[in-house]
Amino acid sequence: MLMISPKMASGVQEKQYTPCLLSFFIYNPTFGPREGEEEKKILFYHPSAVEKNEKIRNVGLCEAIVQFTRTFCPTKPAKSLHTQKNRQFFFEPEENFWMVMVVRNPMIEKPNKDGKPPTIEYQEEEILDTVYGAVVRQCYCMYKLFNSTFGRAMEAGGVELLIQKLEKFFYRYLQTLHLQSCDLLDVFGGISFFPLDKMTYLKIQSFVNQVEERLSLIKYTAFLYNDQLIWSGLEQDDMRILYKYLTTSLFPRHSEPELAGRDSPLRPEVAGNLLHYGRFLTGPTNLKDPEAKFRFPKIFISAVDGYEELHLIVYKAMSAAACFMISASVELTRQFCEQLDSLVGPQLTLLASDICEQFTINRRISGPEKEPQFKFIYFNHMNLAEKSTIHMRKTASVCLTSVHPDLMKILGDINCDFARVDEDEEIIVKAMTDYWVVGKKSDQRELYVILNQKNANLIEVNEEVKRLCATQFNNIFFLD
Amino acid sequence: MVWKRVHMKVRQSAIRTFSSVCCYTSFTTVETVSYCEGEGRLVVRFPVSGQTSGAEPARCVRMANEHYLELKENPVQFEHASSVNNVFFDEANKQVFAVRSGGATGVVVKGPDDKSSVAFRMDDKGEVKCIKFSIGNKILAVQRTSKSVDFINFIPDYPHMEFTQECKTKNANVLGFCWTSWNEIVFITDQGVEFYQVFPDKRSLKLQKSQNINVNWYQYCPETAVLLLSTTVQGNVLQPLAFRNGTISKMSKFEIELPVIPKPAKLSLSERDVAIATIYGQLYVMYLKHHSRTPNSPGAEVVLYHLPREGPCKKSHVLKLNTTGKFALNIVDNLVVVHHQSSQTSLIFDIKLKEPDCAVNTHQPVLPARSIHPYRVSLSGPVVVPSQPPVPCQLYSSSWSVFQPDIIISASEGYLWYLQVKLAPMVHLLEDKGKLMDFLLRRRDCKLVILSVCSQILGGHEEAGLPVVATVFDKLNQVYKDYLEADQSYTAAMESGPSRGSTAQKRPVRTQAVIDQSDMYTHVLSAFTERRDVSHKFIIAVLMEYIRSLNQNQITVQHYLYELVIKTLVQHNLFYMLHQFLQYHVLSDSKPLACLLLSLESTYPPAHQLSLDMLKRLSTANDEIVEVLLSKQQVLGALRFIRSVGGHDNVSARKFLDAARQTGDQMLFYTVFRSFQQRNQRLRGNPAFNPGEHCEEHVVHFQQLFGEQALMKPSTV
Repeated sequence: MLMISPKMASGVQEKQYTPCLLSFFIYNPTFGPREGEEEKKILFYHPSAVEKNEKIRNVGLCEAIVQFTRTFCPTKPAKSLHTQKNRQFFFEPEENFWMVMVVRNPMIEKPNKDGKPPTIEYQEEEILDTVYGAVVRQCYCMYKLFNSTFGRAMEAGGVELLIQKLEKFFYRYLQTLHLQSCDLLDVFGGISFFPLDKMTYLKIQSFVNQVEERLSLIKYTAFLYNDQLIWSGLEQDDMRILYKYLTTSLFPRHSEPELAGRDSPLRPEVAGNLLHYGRFLTGPTNLKDPEAKFRFPKIFISAVDGYEELHLIVYKAMSAAACFMISASVELTRQFCEQLDSLVGPQLTLLASDICEQFTINRRISGPEKEPQFKFIYFNHMNLAEKSTIHMRKTASVCLTSVHPDLMKILGDINCDFARVDEDEEIIVKAMTDYWVVGKKSDQRELYVILNQKNANLIEVNEEVKRLCATQFNNIFFLD
Repeated sequence: MVWKRVHMKVRQSAIRTFSSVCCYTSFTTVETVSYCEGEGRLVVRFPVSGQTSGAEPARCVRMANEHYLELKENPVQFEHASSVNNVFFDEANKQVFAVRSGGATGVVVKGPDDKSSVAFRMDDKGEVKCIKFSIGNKILAVQRTSKSVDFINFIPDYPHMEFTQECKTKNANVLGFCWTSWNEIVFITDQGVEFYQVFPDKRSLKLQKSQNINVNWYQYCPETAVLLLSTTVQGNVLQPLAFRNGTISKMSKFEIELPVIPKPAKLSLSERDVAIATIYGQLYVMYLKHHSRTPNSPGAEVVLYHLPREGPCKKSHVLKLNTTGKFALNIVDNLVVVHHQSSQTSLIFDIKLKEPDCAVNTHQPVLPARSIHPYRVSLSGPVVVPSQPPVPCQLYSSSWSVFQPDIIISASEGYLWYLQVKLAPMVHLLEDKGKLMDFLLRRRDCKLVILSVCSQILGGHEEAGLPVVATVFDKLNQVYKDYLEADQSYTAAMESGPSRGSTAQKRPVRTQAVIDQSDMYTHVLSAFTERRDVSHKFIIAVLMEYIRSLNQNQITVQHYLYELVIKTLVQHNLFYMLHQFLQYHVLSDSKPLACLLLSLESTYPPAHQLSLDMLKRLSTANDEIVEVLLSKQQVLGALRFIRSVGGHDNVSARKFLDAARQTGDQMLFYTVFRSFQQRNQRLRGNPAFNPGEHCEEHVVHFQQLFGEQALMKPSTV
């Protein structure tokens, strides 16, 4: 991606390039241990057009680096390799299976006078290991959500099946990676919770319980509003990745046509004379269609004995979305979907308008929403709750931030510092651009604040952050 | 069929006394009770006992547990009516008079309790038509002729000689009389009413008020002191009169709609088809409306006319009986009970129960018709034979007389029973649990039955779905909330002082229908959560539903319910669920809850954070927060926290120094020690610790570690 830098050098424009994906591959060294069989190690390679020998060379290099670094610390081999032009990330999600992602460093292209080729300056230190390391891990988790583990595919159909699955999944998934907009939030992989009063929350509880009772096939339910989580019947780690899928892939895909005014979800012809706005986001788009297929995506979640395979039904009415998960061993029929539609549709529509109303009331009580003076990111490791006033609404294509990438990098750096020690600490940084950046860690919580107060001193900044904690986070225990 | 004839030699006035009687016999068809005008006596025929009992044994067994009406134990027993013994009943005092030989051989009065029972003799001055004590058994009134009433003092030390009052209106016949207080009496004549005050000491009466009006018959409701007069030729225009504090007030008169208008006009509304009673604190006139006996007859109905203290009387409810025949009415626990003689069953109606599929205020029976629970009497007589087993008593006998509100008398057997409802059998007869709850919540002794219904729907053999559970909880909590609100406003009114004493509020009565959280916890929920045969999903859903319902009614949830939720969640390792509940403050903050969470930390580490957050929000738990942090060896954190909340000056230095020393971190100990020295300096101008702070050993320790010179000296600051 090209960005025009604000700097102008002697009237000639510099070109700035953001980091991008060079290659992504998965291999298992045990599959081709003998000379001449190296190609067998490679399970997936992107871009696929790369010449075979180069693939083998690159995989071999990674293998060598990992082996070499193991001699220093057998349990923690290298996680990344920094070079001038790019950076490589190594991840071993399952024993002997390695995922490698190669990211080209951001660079600046300076045109030269008198027709010489432009000089390229690589910014080696601009990208963060933690951020892209997290991206690789996320790739694996997402694969696992829809396909279960590599090992399971091996058991079921050997290497052929695994290769097939990897091909099918990553071919599409890698296109959705937007490496230039990855930041601290990818490190956290948090969940944004919808703020809600107790009574409305209890109503939702009641709704979920009653639906699960009536449609006893349903094993788990998750409830979201405005792309924010309200209730999860799944365990935290499974919800984390499902949430990621819903908010970065499924919802944006469906909201864009909505925003464009097509595919109006209003359905006046509903059974029971009750007008409702419910519709399936996965599975059949139109229940009335005689040709409709009742196939839903399958997901894998952790269970006491390994993994559990489930149908994922996502059903939405206005801004409220309910995910129902049903054991994959059950075949879902038209009848079931109709029953679900007629039961959930009206209730969910009602709840959605209740929540919306309650939310507006609460907003009014707490005063008109002022543009927060502070830009902050909050994350709690305990419940994965994240909150950011830095990020704009996520869409399928990009995740916009309202601050300069340099500041985002500072946040990432502070986060790395925090990760190194166990104790609570606080870091205050004055950025080059007159911004103050404050990082706070208390117990399991992290808070990052960006202040735009040019002439403030350290004490004033400290006071300012205290005030923020007192207003925005007054109901949690935050050590000073 | 063998019929036995019983002759009750009673004169017309006696029938009057038994008039409401005739409420039973009344609705009555000719074949069982006939009033022999000429002879002036009532002839009652009834089937010999045991006639029905063998009829359908199988049906009896099936219905055995479904009798929802029964006769109370310990009936009032009296000498049964016979040719020498006339029996009278007074509805006001609920007393039965057995008058032998016109009183010469004794009058035995039996009341609901022993205190109101009396026995005496009086001279036989002719046949007694009507006999009643004034309220409190002070004065006895006896009517022997149609022109006058005789009085006897029962107040000690007052002259016992009888005195007589003739009715004032010329050519009028006294139909009867009613006592309205201990010394006030109303004569009802065919030409009006005369209201007297009795002076027992002077043995005389004084006329206070009178009303001229043609009267066919009358009914009296002692509870409200309202007299109902039947007027006009057809008798269907009713004039209610209220007696209070020596005055008569005319309430608005109203007309009962007759099924057929007779031509020529004649008396068409029988007093036997009318009863007056209070239901839910309101006065109603109940009219039993027969329909012509055609094949397509819709069946008889009871029409209720509401009689407000002020304002016009309105037809308010119609109770559909869906059958024809002879009926009698009782009011038990604000339910209208309709006995049907030929089927030997009774129906109950609740006028507050809304019928969704009926027009407004038209009611169907709440439950299917069932007979009164079989009743056995021991054969009594002059000689009591203990070995003889009790024999079944003939129910729905035609010798029964029914009185308001809940009295059934068998004059021929000498029993007075009170009718009562049994709620437990109703539970299985009413499918709709929401309706059942509405019904039960209005009953007097409902608590245990309601609680048992709750247990049943939560996985007993009548397990119901969550929507039903939710409805039931909402109904319970609505009543609970209404009571709490009433109690609160009463307390508030009391606290605001007697300044507005004129509007003195009564403390709201806590009826059995108020089922609070501790009732639910003790009788229903705690046992329910222990059940192994119910899925934990359902248990949690039910608990959350109860909490939701409480919240919806703005009732503060008690801590033990939260504890139950947490216990259940922890038992099934559902920590993430618990976490989410706490995150949305579904489990309200409290110190006990925070402590409970702390105890979970070893199995679920995030509980620590949740607990600290909760303590923080409570804002009264700073000491606890310090303790928690110190126990985690977060000494600096604790110190910074106590400083931020301004508690630094009063905190025990020793506690912090102990904790700092325990960490083994010398620099930490140094920092904490110096921090307290600075505090001392600031507070007292001297860095030294007071002896009361017991920090001596720490001072020594500090010197050992860092040397004497490291100590802050007063002079150096």
